[in-house]
Order: sequence, then structure tokens, then C-alpha cells
Amino acid sequence: MCLVELKGSPKPVASCAWGVRDCRPGPHGEPPEVLTKSAMVRKAREGVMEFLLINHPLDCPICDQGGECDLQDQAMAYGVDSSRFKENKRAVEDKYVGVLVKTIMNRCIHCTRCVRFMTEVAGVPELGAIGRGEDTEITTYLEQAMTSELQGNVVDLCPVGALTSKPYAFAARPWELTKTESIDVMDAIGSAIRVDTRGREVMRILPRVNDEVNEEWISDKTRHVVDGLRTQRLDQPYIRENGRLHAASWRDAFGVIAAKVKQTQPRRMGAIVGDLAAVEEIFALKDLMTRLGVVNLDCRQDGAMLDPTWGRASYLFNASIAGIEQADALLLVGSNPRREAAVLNARIRKRWRTGALPIGLVGERSDLTYPYEYLGAGPQTLADVASGVHEFGARLREADRPLVIVGMAALARPDGVAIAALAARAAQGTGKEAGWNGYSVLHTAAARVGALDLGFVPGPEGRNAAAMAAPGALDLVVLLGADEIDIAPGAFVVYIGTHGDAGAHRADVILPGAAYPEKSGIYVNTEGRVQMAGRASFPPGEAREDWAILRALSDVLGRKLAYDSLTQLRQALFKAHPHLQRVGQLAPAGRAEVAALAARDGAFEKTAFGRSLDDFYLTNPVARASATMAECSVIAERRGALTAAE
Amino acid sequence: MLEDKDRIFTNLYGLHDWGLAGARARGAWDGTKAILEKGRDGIINEVKASGLRGRGGAGFPTGLKWSFMPKQSDGRPHYLVVNADESEPGTCKDREIMRHDPHLLVEGCLIAGFAMGAHTCFIYIRGEFVRERERLQAAVDQAYEANLIGQNNVHGFPFDIIVHHGAGAYICGEETALLESLEGKKGQPRLKPPFPANVGLYGAPTTVNNVESIAVVPDIMRRGAHWFAGIGRPNNTGTKLFCISGHVERPCTVEDAMGVPLRELLDTHCGGVHGGWSNLLAVIPGGSSMPLIPAHQCEHLLMDFDGCREFKSALGTAAVIVMDKSTDIVRAMARISYFYKHESCGQCTPCREGMGWMWRVLTRMAEGRAHKREIDMLMEVTTQIEGHTICAFGDGAAWPVQGLLRHFRGEIERRIDEYSANPHPEPVRVAAE
Repeated sequence: MCLVELKGSPKPVASCAWGVRDCRPGPHGEPPEVLTKSAMVRKAREGVMEFLLINHPLDCPICDQGGECDLQDQAMAYGVDSSRFKENKRAVEDKYVGVLVKTIMNRCIHCTRCVRFMTEVAGVPELGAIGRGEDTEITTYLEQAMTSELQGNVVDLCPVGALTSKPYAFAARPWELTKTESIDVMDAIGSAIRVDTRGREVMRILPRVNDEVNEEWISDKTRHVVDGLRTQRLDQPYIRENGRLHAASWRDAFGVIAAKVKQTQPRRMGAIVGDLAAVEEIFALKDLMTRLGVVNLDCRQDGAMLDPTWGRASYLFNASIAGIEQADALLLVGSNPRREAAVLNARIRKRWRTGALPIGLVGERSDLTYPYEYLGAGPQTLADVASGVHEFGARLREADRPLVIVGMAALARPDGVAIAALAARAAQGTGKEAGWNGYSVLHTAAARVGALDLGFVPGPEGRNAAAMAAPGALDLVVLLGADEIDIAPGAFVVYIGTHGDAGAHRADVILPGAAYPEKSGIYVNTEGRVQMAGRASFPPGEAREDWAILRALSDVLGRKLAYDSLTQLRQALFKAHPHLQRVGQLAPAGRAEVAALAARDGAFEKTAFGRSLDDFYLTNPVARASATMAECSVIAERRGALTAAE
Repeated sequence: MLEDKDRIFTNLYGLHDWGLAGARARGAWDGTKAILEKGRDGIINEVKASGLRGRGGAGFPTGLKWSFMPKQSDGRPHYLVVNADESEPGTCKDREIMRHDPHLLVEGCLIAGFAMGAHTCFIYIRGEFVRERERLQAAVDQAYEANLIGQNNVHGFPFDIIVHHGAGAYICGEETALLESLEGKKGQPRLKPPFPANVGLYGAPTTVNNVESIAVVPDIMRRGAHWFAGIGRPNNTGTKLFCISGHVERPCTVEDAMGVPLRELLDTHCGGVHGGWSNLLAVIPGGSSMPLIPAHQCEHLLMDFDGCREFKSALGTAAVIVMDKSTDIVRAMARISYFYKHESCGQCTPCREGMGWMWRVLTRMAEGRAHKREIDMLMEVTTQIEGHTICAFGDGAAWPVQGLLRHFRGEIERRIDEYSANPHPEPVRVAAE
């Protein structure tokens, strides 16, 4: 369909593959001329269009791609009203390719975009074309489920309705949907997404193009978590009485909390921020806690050794995601980017494909879709690399733009500071590139960097998350969507969150909050990029936006917060943290802070790095509530078991 | 008619020893070192002066093709790839060379490789050619053993030949699809530019030549360009292997001068058409992908590139398919269409979808089960395929159908009329009274 006429060429040329430099000048040296709307072009395209349509079924009315189909659009421009093809159309059996992608193979026009995506971008060559000519069929060969975490993208790539979204099948038509631009919170990348809603129901999530973050891809968790937004939702407050949770009114719930706060000393109170919280509610929570005199604050449920007082560069992905493409040596420390940030992993693979990138890995072995040099399992290897004893250390040191990606598996352990220092030392490089800072922390929680920016960490003599959770440590704990931590019995737990997950089961009072598509919020991604998510829907039932819950609670507690609207809250927030105003921008890398981190000393243990995420598909309350994610998880587990048996 | 002294392939019928000793007795490997001493430019100029045009089908001047290779290597190796994936229906000339005169090819590879600075040569041989591969491999091994090729050979030009066996896809005879297949990928043609002379096998400068083009080079170098250029007509010089099949008394592969009249070719070597010249219906002069030429035009047909072009066909691989009047010409073309439908790689839409369409319509037309308006529609479909694909496969599949419609439209209309008068495949039997 991209045929154009080139003056002097007897036949049309494919514009997608023909460079300007390939055009020859005319006989008298005239500049080459390319015609895109000539009669010849029109005829050529109409011809191709006719061929595309002869074997394409006329089932647009029942096709999920209808309304957003490239073939429909092209047929509007170059199609004719009736067909001259009187033979039988081709019939192709549908293939099973997994639980996320539905196939209707009669519609396939053999563009092989899906095959190229899976092979080149996702790096998992599981899709392929078998057969030849008009008998070509796209398949996973043995009809097994695809294993890529990016497989949902083939649905977007497919120009026709051959590959459509299985969970979304026959759910809605594109013209019924309201589209809201937003930011994803399933990982710390902050992929740009578009949330499509019908009424107040989120129907689907699609990627938006953001070349600096996710390019045009999103992970399957980002895309298919939507059914988790409908199930297991907390839609009214609950109070635990005699060991059982009972539905209650907001007034009663607040009353129980106020009574408990009145009985408790501030140093016996604490607050923990979960992984999906927006900056606004973290700010409001911190504000409230400060007014109550509470110093036991933490946002690091996993116990990662990150401290905002060391400077922002000590906990950011300093090289930036787009910067991966400039890196000339890469060391992965206790990180599995394929699980922790699938889209970022595709970026590493993209860099690797351009050639000459030594990649080393310290930590747990796994298939990252590109080959790497396995250096060792734990801190001792990292120390050898950092000191240059290990051969790979020399390669990092000779690199102008070395990239060291430090995962949570390396930092979330008691000796995390020492490990961070070693990694920072390994990331020094030649230092020739003045603007380069290769020390890059890969977070797994969308809320983490924002919370660290706000300083949501223990104050003087405050306890950290693990200490707060310990038996007998505290009498009252507020969990803001914190589901990944077990609070020991004894403490009174106030849970503000969205799903009936771990936190809600432990809670004594539940205050229902808003999930990420139901509120406008600021998120800071792992590179420190401030991004604003849009509100696409509304919280269910009596649930409210989290900042508003905190504001209302503060009134009951007699410590009224000084803002009555989100705008006012943001004004106060920006006044306290001006950098959060610069939406979409990156701050220059602080090399001095990383150098200071590198100078830190500390003993490390010999134990190997573990893994930060056990299951890619079930990392947060929304994903755990999603049937689709559960299904994916089961398939992945079964595959793991099969592989192990061999 | 070509005189015996001018023949290049003197063991075409395998009457003599195919091996190194026999080939040497017939003149192969004679003075090869002296040829190489003429230098790269010397060889290329000699080949250019001989007027040798590629024997694979397109007829591109071989010397010119060689001169497209970079003179100096930029660090990438140069490759010579010999296209022995001879799959064009009706063509069996490279097969005979590899069976009976393989040393001419091996020697030609060395000379051509030297002329292009290529130290490695791949011979991509058709999947179905099992015995031919064994024979060719044996010849290559003999040459290695005699130190004629190899790393430290007697010619002082390190040169390796690797015989690679294809898997039997017609499209892998297209030069870029061949390179893809050789690299281990699916045989699908590449978009050009970049041309293989810049970015070819494994991204390195590559020249792909037909077996026959390479195999005649040693004799051109030994006897001189003027000898080769003196045979045939200007712009269509030299000798050529013709493969004559179909309705002739003795089908054969024979070497003759370019520009030999078709009638002379058939009468001299094949004993004429079945039932005499007047029984001729049509010929396809250059393998199944070329348009056919009806009998009345065959009278004046000269078998070379320009001679065939005069009658809107092409010499192609010089595989002459002769059809006498017993031929069901529409069914014959429908069968050829089926072949192309089956062999289309499926990369470009017009070819992938159009082949099946053409075949289905032609099959109906062969029975008369069609409308007359579909004849023009079919013609339009062929023009929609022709020139709109990456490689020449689409053209080669459209041309025979175009040839049929151009010359035998009356025959198709007659069948349609017949069928509409009596719409049954068999005449309706009436009970005897």
C-alpha cells in the first residue's frame, strides 16, 4: 500500500523501503521526483487493495477491530465498492496463541508485523509463519501460549482483526469509548497509556507513544489488568468488631479512628505507603502525620536501603530509559528487567541489537531475551567487578557510558547500602562523558520515587517499615494501599485502599479509596520523571479519592489540613517540592551524589541476590484481583514446571 | 549450426569421464594461472568484450555485473554465489553441466572469484538435485585434492568453494531469496536497493551468477573474447545451452549458437515437431515464466534475447517447450499457473493473492465455465500483479497468462460458448432408441 511513483522508474517503488539516496537524478541532473498521488500510484494501490480484500472476510460488523482497522481505512481510500473475485475465499483455522490474544485467522493479511515484533522487539521468537504463498499461516508452531510479557502489543500492531484482545472480545466498540490519557502504575516505568472507558467502567488500556519512556509498547500487566479494577473492590468503609468486618458509614469509621488516635501516643503510631499511591495522597498523609507528631513513616515495604538524604541521584535511574540506547557497557545487579520492567527490557534489547554491548549479570540467572555474561550470584562478585579484579570490571571502567542497573533484589537486604556503594563504584567509567551518570536504580513500585522525593521515610528515631510491622512495635498503623507487608497482631490497622487484598484482611478499619484510573495524580517514575495521570473514571460506591479521605479524617482528628481541593493541595505540594511541577522533564544527573554514595563503606554478606518479583503477573492488589492476570500466572507457572522437568 | 570446434561443453551427454583427468584432457584447468595473471581488470574487460549475457534468465551483461563489485574491500569479505537452484520448469541445462562437466564450473568459480576479489564461493544447489550435488561435491573435492583451489593452491589465490544444498523452493532461485536461504532464513526476496553487490550475503558485497554464465568463462578466457563475440549476433553473442522439451521427436539439451532459428534448432537436434512443423501450436521459448509464441510467429523466431523480444517474449533460460496441436493450451497454462500459485513465497500481496486468483479463473476457463468478460478481467489482474512485487516472480507468473490471452483468446471464447450451450463437463448422453 505504500507504493509511490518515482520519475524515471518504470514500476512503482515501495516508499517504506526506498531511501531518498536511492533515487537517481534525471537525465539532465534534475533532482529526483517522487509522486504520491499520481494516476499510476492510485492504480497500483487500488490493485494491491483489491488483492488484500479478495481473501479477507466481510465480517466487519462482528469484528472487534471494526472502527479502528487499518484495512478499513485503506479500503475507504483505495477500495472499490464491489468485488470481482468470484471464487471461494480462503479459510484458515484459528490458532491458540495464549490467553491474551484471540485469533481469527481468516482475517490475516500476512503482513507479518506480529512475527517481526515478537522476534525483534520482544525477543521471544515464538510466532512465525508456516507454509508459503497464499497458504501461509501465522502460528506459534505447536499452538502453545506465547511467553512474552509484551505479547499484548501484537493486538495493536495487527492492522486487521486477525489478532484481537481475548479478554476484551466483543466488549465494546471504539466509538463508544471515552479516551483519557494517563500513566501506568503497574511498574515503576510510568508507561504512557490511554484509558478507554464506557460510562464509569474502564474497558481497556492501550499504550500511547512516549519515545522517552515506553516508545509505543506496554506490558501485558499494564494492558490486561483492567478486569482487576472491577472485582474485589472496596466500595464502603468497614469496621472490625469482634474479629469480623462490618460495613459502616464514613462517620462511624472516622469516629473509631479518632477514638484510637486519642488513646495512642504519637511515637506508638506509624504510617506506611504502598506501591500504587500518587504523590498527592502521600503528601497529604505525611502532612497529617507531621501534624500528629508521628515520625514512624516509611514507603519502602520491601526494606530497600534507599535514603533521600543521600540525594536524589542515589535512588534514581540516572541514565534515563532513553539513555540505555547510548550505553556502551551494561551491568545488571540483582535485577531482572524482563519481570520488573518489561518495556525497559525491550529497550535494552533494542540497544543490544545495534551491536557491541557487553552485558554482565550479577544475581539470579534467567532468560532476559538477550545473551549476557553471567558473572556471579552475589555481592562478592559485585565487589570483584567494582574493584576491577573481575575482568568485566575493566570493561566497565573503560566504557565511556557504563550503565549499572541495580534492582530491588540487591538493595532490599540489610547490607543494601554497601551493595549500592559497590554498584556506584562500578558505574564510574572513564568519566569522559560529562553528562553521563550510569548508576541506575530500577524500582518496581510506581509510588516509590515520588514518596522518596517527599521524604516519606522515618524521621529522627523513627522506625522503618519492618520495625513497624514487628510485634508490639506500634499501637496504630495507617496503611495507604500497603499490601505487601504483614503487620504483626496487636497493632490497630487503618487501611486506605482499593481492593480486598492483604492489607484489607489485616485492617481494623477500612477506608475505601480510588484506584489509579479513578483519580488524577502525580507519579514519579524510576528515572525521576514527573508524570501526571488523568482521571478516567470514578471510584465505586462510597469510595473516595485518597487525598480527600485524609483531608476529611484530619478534620475529625482536629488536625485539619490546609487544602480543600486538589488544586489547593497541589499548590501546597509544589511550594514544598518545586521539582514536582516540571511534568515530563528530567533533572540533570547528580554525579556528585553518586560519587558520595560510592565512597560509603560497609560490610556485605555473602548470600546471593534473590529475586524481587516472584510472579510478574501478580505484583499488586489490582493485578491480584484480575482473573486475566491469574490465568496468565497459572500458565507461566505450568510452563516453569514443564521446563524444570526436562 | 555450431561447429564442433566451437563447443564449450564437450561432455554434455556424459559420454566421457566427468572427473578431473577427463576434464583436463578436454582442456579444463589449462593455463588457469596464466588467466589469473591477466589481473582482475583484465578478466573483467575480457568478459565484457565477449558480450556474455547472464544465462540465468534476465540476460544482464555478466562483465558489467562483475564490475559493480567494489574494487577494494572495506574490511568486509567479498562473496561469489553461484545459483545452481535451477527450478524453472523445462530447464535442465545447469543440471547437465553439474553432472557431466562440473570442472568447467569449478574453474569458472575460481576465475570469477579472482575477478571480484572473492575468496569464498557458495554454490547453492537445488534441493531435488541430489546426484548432481554429489557429483559437484566430488569435483570440488578433486580440485581441492589437486590443490587447484583451497588455501594454498597452485594458482596463488586462496579460494574456497562450499556446495550448499537447498531445500527445494522455486523462489530460492531468485538471487536475494537465495541469499536469505543461504543465511539460514526463510527464502523471501529482499527489497533492492541495496543491491547484493553492496549488501549481499551476510551484509557483504556479493555477486550471484548462474551456473552456465560461470562455466563458460574459462573457455572465453582461453580462446579470447573475440572468438566468443564472433558467434551469434551482436548483443547476443556466444553459444548457449538450449533445453528442448515437449512435442518433439527427441527432446534434448544441446549447445548451439545464439540466434539460431527456432525451426533449425528443432529440426537439426530434435528431429522436428511431432507430426511435422505444420502440427506446431505454440512454443514457450524460455522456461515456463515466459509468454508463449504461437506457431505462425515461430517461423521467423531467432533464439536469442532480442529475437524473442521481437515477439513479446523473452529467451529466459532458453528452455524451449514445444506444444503441438494436441495440446490443451488453456489447461497447460492453468497448470503453469498452479505451479506459480504453489511456489509464491507470499511476501508481496499481489503475488500471494493474485496467483491463486489467476489459477482458479484459468481452471474454470479450461472447462469453459466462465464469462467472456472475465477474460479482460484476468488480463487486468495480470497487469495488477506485474511490476508490483519485490522480485520478478510476479512478472514471470503473469506473463504466460498474458501470452495465452493475447494469442488464444479465440480458443477460450470458443470453450465458453461450448459450455454455455451445453453446461456439463461431459456431453450429455442420450439413451439409444
